[in-house]
Amino acid sequence: MAARYVVGIDLGTTHCAMAYADLADETAATVVALVPQLVAPSQIEARALLPSFLYFAHESEGPQALPWDAKRTFVVGEHARARGVDAPARVIASAKSWLVHPSVDRRAGILPLGAPEDIEKISPVETSWRYLEHLSEAWDREIAKGDAALALAEQEVILTVPASFDAAARELTVEAALAAGLEKLTLLEEPQAALYAWIASMGDAWRKEIRVGDVILVVDVGGGTSDFSAIAALEKDGSLELVRVAVGDHILLGGDNMDLALAHVVRQKLEAEGKEIDRWQMTALTHAARAAKERLLGDAKLETTPIALASRGSKLLGGGLRAELTRAEVTATLVDGFFPEVASSARPVARARAALTTLGLPYASDPAVTKHLAAFLGRQADATSKLEGFVPVASPAKSKAAKHGDARDRAASLLHPTAILFNGGVMKGDPLRERVVETLGAWLRADGAPPARVLGGADLDLAVARGAASYGLARRGRGLRIRGGTARAYYVGIESAVPAVPGIEPPITALCVAPFGMEEGTEAELPPHELGAVVGEPVRFRFFGSTTRRDDRPGTELERWKDGELEELAPIEMTLPAEGRREGDVVPVRLRASVTPVGTLEVEAVPIAPQKANEHWRVQLSVRQES
Amino acid sequence: MSEPLPLLPFATRLWFAWACFFRVLFDGAFAFRAWGARDALPTAPSSPELPASASAPAPKTKTIAGATPEDGALQLLALMQREGRLVDFLEQDIAAFGDAEVGVAARVVHEGCRKALRAHATVVPVRAEEEGTSVTLEAGFAPAEVKLSGNVRGSAPYRGVLRHRGWRATKIALPIALDGHDYRVIAPAEVEL
Repeated sequence: MAARYVVGIDLGTTHCAMAYADLADETAATVVALVPQLVAPSQIEARALLPSFLYFAHESEGPQALPWDAKRTFVVGEHARARGVDAPARVIASAKSWLVHPSVDRRAGILPLGAPEDIEKISPVETSWRYLEHLSEAWDREIAKGDAALALAEQEVILTVPASFDAAARELTVEAALAAGLEKLTLLEEPQAALYAWIASMGDAWRKEIRVGDVILVVDVGGGTSDFSAIAALEKDGSLELVRVAVGDHILLGGDNMDLALAHVVRQKLEAEGKEIDRWQMTALTHAARAAKERLLGDAKLETTPIALASRGSKLLGGGLRAELTRAEVTATLVDGFFPEVASSARPVARARAALTTLGLPYASDPAVTKHLAAFLGRQADATSKLEGFVPVASPAKSKAAKHGDARDRAASLLHPTAILFNGGVMKGDPLRERVVETLGAWLRADGAPPARVLGGADLDLAVARGAASYGLARRGRGLRIRGGTARAYYVGIESAVPAVPGIEPPITALCVAPFGMEEGTEAELPPHELGAVVGEPVRFRFFGSTTRRDDRPGTELERWKDGELEELAPIEMTLPAEGRREGDVVPVRLRASVTPVGTLEVEAVPIAPQKANEHWRVQLSVRQES
Repeated sequence: MSEPLPLLPFATRLWFAWACFFRVLFDGAFAFRAWGARDALPTAPSSPELPASASAPAPKTKTIAGATPEDGALQLLALMQREGRLVDFLEQDIAAFGDAEVGVAARVVHEGCRKALRAHATVVPVRAEEEGTSVTLEAGFAPAEVKLSGNVRGSAPYRGVLRHRGWRATKIALPIALDGHDYRVIAPAEVEL
């Protein structure tokens, strides 16, 4: 059945959103779908954002009925978020961050952490599945209105993932979507979706804003994560083409950290006055701090804003707390704390994990977004150097130097963006955007590069969902597409055959199986190396990814690499079935990588001596890491 | 009155009202014809329904069968209590408290109730003029929209000073309550285990 709609879904760490466009209407713009959800016990409301929280109701609360399911025992959305305040042990938050956690089994029932015994815990994958299921049910009721042909399962769905998601996290996301019945699925990187939304919001005017030689830096700071991408504009066959050239690491740092930091500032002030803050008040304080932050960041003339905390009981007056948040505190905590002015050589400080991972998630240990940005741009300094058709925008400093016969042309110490696109709720704050622009400006000046301009105008909360729908239209020829392919090259670790020495790990060689930039629906050539797989036994390989090594071909062997160039991912595993072979036999195989049309990486083991035509076995990504 | 008159969508009316304002002001002939058209149709019975919003499709707000106007009012109370502790505030005797403490409470109530109001209703002034400016009311103004005060006598056109701009809800969408919902519970009691 042909799809009637293209639907963009933003499966966010703190919020989900859904936007769509009618494929039957040539001029259709994207529309945000409102999602009915429980907002209080037995109260349903349709909202543009579905908070990514899941609440397991206690049996005493009875069923958590939805208009389409009277017997549901769990809640997704606003009511689940609200219950996170007063019954936190029964609520799952930040499931998406668990989906990228390399050292837990992401298919195992581990959430909510520390749940009471009556809850059957679910996996990070199932949590994402429940969110998508809710969106799907909401769509079927509100938009399809029960028409099976219009059901979400029958529509073209573009699901966004952070650019920094590795192959395993992408695969797990697809697993969740398939479980929710979304089969006509394609993955899209969130920063790319944000750029699609910007292009759509500009109409034809975007052609005046972007020229060949531009490098667009997308700075996406959401509620839970920060994500950077660089997209270059180049010329191919006489027309402009956009290519995503680099993505950053997955950084668990976002608006929630910032609100919490402000709440701590206020808490210290209250405690200095001899007032005690309990857990409930701290949560209320975090909400109040967020509102105060939005007021201060939204109005440059405001110097202070009061924060009022009511007492918890029905007597509003009497037990309340009052404090003030000043502009200086917001500047010191948020602007200087999270976006400090640093040199482009600054790098995030890695601290010992133990003290920080209170909730079990690998939160970024350095809260300075600008340091993470400096690290990204520094690591990606060469991202455009070998890009065909890319002519960098001439820098005024350099052309001046050339005129004077000064041939000093230092190698760039960082990638030089010429434009910035902001995305994510945090970046709504003017002072934060200004700080990023100033800091980047200083780095570029020091490097003799022209300043970067800001691409403005998109709705930062809903841009990703809208952009995903716009991408669905673009790939049908209604607009420009961003190329890019996979954002990493992938490697299998092979232990060298050397005599074992106690206390020294055998040296490891990284064998490239999938090159950087593989497009959807393509297959990498087979590397010539043979690996041994034991029939009937699971065989594990260490698995690595690199966001910077663009030239390695399948079969390239790395015996050493620079610090930070290769990142170890969760290991991969294959089990050869015994069909036609003896259990325990070692079968020589080669590894073949491909990228599915959906956008996930697949690795297969192909035997050197096949027993039957086209014999191959699937290699599992994302196996639980043994620690 | 026989058949109900077809109603123009709100967006069209907003645009039309705006266009008419200027044409009436600057085009004498148009103003004359428009004046005549005022009485050409019988007044439509006032509809309790609010005009549809011009912007995004409003969420369906069908109330479940059996919901009464009182239920809607109770729902609004519950909403204002949930978001802004309004009932707590009104039910407490505040006479004994100082302004500072009332101020703390008022901020809690204001912030929450405002958020709830803005999320569920669109409220606009009835009159667009600044308060304190002179306005002229032509004959046939809607008395439900404009209240005359002070030295009330004579006949239209009335000239006076706008004291209050008035408020009009152009959209309201309360949550849908599911079957079996007890509207009378404005806020549940809370027991911490």
